[in-house]
Amino acid sequence: MTGVASSARGDLKLTNITKSYGDFTAVNDLSLVIPEGSFFALLGPSGCGKTTTLRMIAGLEEPTHGKIALGSTDITDTKPYQRPINTVFQNYALFPHLTIFENIAFGLRRRGLKDIDDAVNKALDLVELPHLAQRKPTQLSGGQQQRIALARAIVNRPALLLLDEPLGALDLKLRRQMQIELKWIQREVGITFVHVTHDQEEAMTMADTIAVMNEGEIEQMGSPAELYDNPKTAFVANFLGQSNLIKGTISGSDGNNHVVDLFGQKISLQKDRSHAVDNSILAGIRPEKFRISRLETATSGNILTGGKVEDVSYIGVSTQYQVLMPWGQELMVFEQNDDGVAPFSVGEGVNISWEPIFTFALRGDEDAEAGTEVSPDEDLDEE
Amino acid sequence: MRKIGTPYLLLIPGMGFLLIFFLLPIFNLAQTSTQTPRVGGDTGQYEQTFRFANYLDAILENREQFGRSFLYALITTILALAIAYPLAYAIAFKGGRFKNVMLVLVIAPFFVSFLLRTIAWKQILGEEGFVVPALRSLHIISESTTLTSSAFAVVMGMTYNFLPFMTLPLYASIDRIDPRTLEASGDLYANGFTTFRKVTLPLSMPGVVAGTLLTFIPAAGDYVNAAILGSPQTKMLGNVIESRYFRIVDYPTASALSFTLMAAILILVTIYVRKAGTEELV
Repeated sequence: MTGVASSARGDLKLTNITKSYGDFTAVNDLSLVIPEGSFFALLGPSGCGKTTTLRMIAGLEEPTHGKIALGSTDITDTKPYQRPINTVFQNYALFPHLTIFENIAFGLRRRGLKDIDDAVNKALDLVELPHLAQRKPTQLSGGQQQRIALARAIVNRPALLLLDEPLGALDLKLRRQMQIELKWIQREVGITFVHVTHDQEEAMTMADTIAVMNEGEIEQMGSPAELYDNPKTAFVANFLGQSNLIKGTISGSDGNNHVVDLFGQKISLQKDRSHAVDNSILAGIRPEKFRISRLETATSGNILTGGKVEDVSYIGVSTQYQVLMPWGQELMVFEQNDDGVAPFSVGEGVNISWEPIFTFALRGDEDAEAGTEVSPDEDLDEE
Repeated sequence: MRKIGTPYLLLIPGMGFLLIFFLLPIFNLAQTSTQTPRVGGDTGQYEQTFRFANYLDAILENREQFGRSFLYALITTILALAIAYPLAYAIAFKGGRFKNVMLVLVIAPFFVSFLLRTIAWKQILGEEGFVVPALRSLHIISESTTLTSSAFAVVMGMTYNFLPFMTLPLYASIDRIDPRTLEASGDLYANGFTTFRKVTLPLSMPGVVAGTLLTFIPAAGDYVNAAILGSPQTKMLGNVIESRYFRIVDYPTASALSFTLMAAILILVTIYVRKAGTEELV
């Protein structure tokens, strides 16, 4: 039942993968290497092609062009059952007619393995549900089904485990708990995990490496910290967390820094944090990097003056301000509530300052709104 | 009024119908089955003598027809299952937006009378039809072989007539299968055939059981197909009962045969349902 491909191990390599449905291109010329043993996340909004990519890796869809290889073995034309790859499906897809034990044993039995009781019980222990072995899937809660789906895949010790929005149907608290558990399990078993999600927090919590996908292409790939601190495109800057993007021009140079003109006010930008191609830029600053101060207070670093508080939201750990700048743009400022200073009130005049190292710059012709209009919950039924 | 409860009130019409048109006739049939001809009475006049040996006589006299009824019903059921399963599968999984149109086509034959459709098979399998010349030219049947008035024709007619009763429950069952469980099976090292055996078939068992029952039970009691498409050599129990009732006017034997047929079907079905274990299925 198992072919040559089944023993393949190693890095997963996608080369120039394209998937088209008629005129629609779901995945466009995507190349990617996922190192063996890593926890990799494909992150993107609904319809960005991440699930299609995952299904091509699983063998459930055939790429229109391109090559998929596992280690040195080309698996592009092999059937799903010939690949040493298992999937945790979005709706779990447990077999309703089989007990939990038989669900987990399914893959082992198909490979003709004997004495599987031990392996199944160990998998049940790993997900901490050994007492449910003789139940049927419908008798389990969503969270329990999710764990069984994970056990059913992991018990086969695949070279690659694919997770298709596995936590999408769980409530927030359970999702957080499973995120930590998944990460722990991945370290425990050492299998390469490829996780598809639209939830940036989920991706950042779990993955070593995140590839942010948009319209069938990878926008940027890197560690969560790299993507967050130094996004290359407006889409990444807005999709991963929130960003203030301000139009500006590079007007001079000062050692390792550019001098940037933002509507008449000069700020400083590290040269190696600029992804702009010419002098026209979008200067980016994360809202929590901003300091907000009264007009008369002296501040250091980059300063923008002449702001006016438009809105104040107190949310416990921080206070979030909307500050209207002289050029008509509203900036977001998140202030930690750690200084005992009373919050600013609506209508107050304020200055905004931040450490110059936190400034990043994108190409000036980018759409500053890209990636902001995405509702994370639209994605649950993505095909 | 409140104490009786609405559910029970709603049961009254159905229960009343069953009482008058099912329970009473059954009771009547049971009574008739142990009667004997009235001494000195006319043809068709019987009196109750509780002669249970009527059953033994009826069964022994019609052993052949009994066996034939169950054999034909069994073959019909198997053929109908073999034809209907791929059909229902294709409609459920590949039908797409034409699903409903295809289902209407499955039941479309019901718009034409059962008798007419059965008589049509006489023509299809007759000398003037295209089947016989085609099979002869392919040397599948000899020049002298005919298909009408044969067991083959009877089974074909029954298979055709009961096909929708097999297809619809199968479709209902297969359509409920989440295609992602089939993908999961492929993902877990099962090839197409194994996926069918281990996932699709078990999940469609409720439909298989319902469809085979809806085919087997009426097929075992059928007499129209045997009457129109068969010969004296293909007589089924239904034909015997019919002639005992309406031609020979032997009510006790006809009743005893009806009862025996009912009991036999009931026993077979009970064993079958137990074996298939549908209560285990979701």
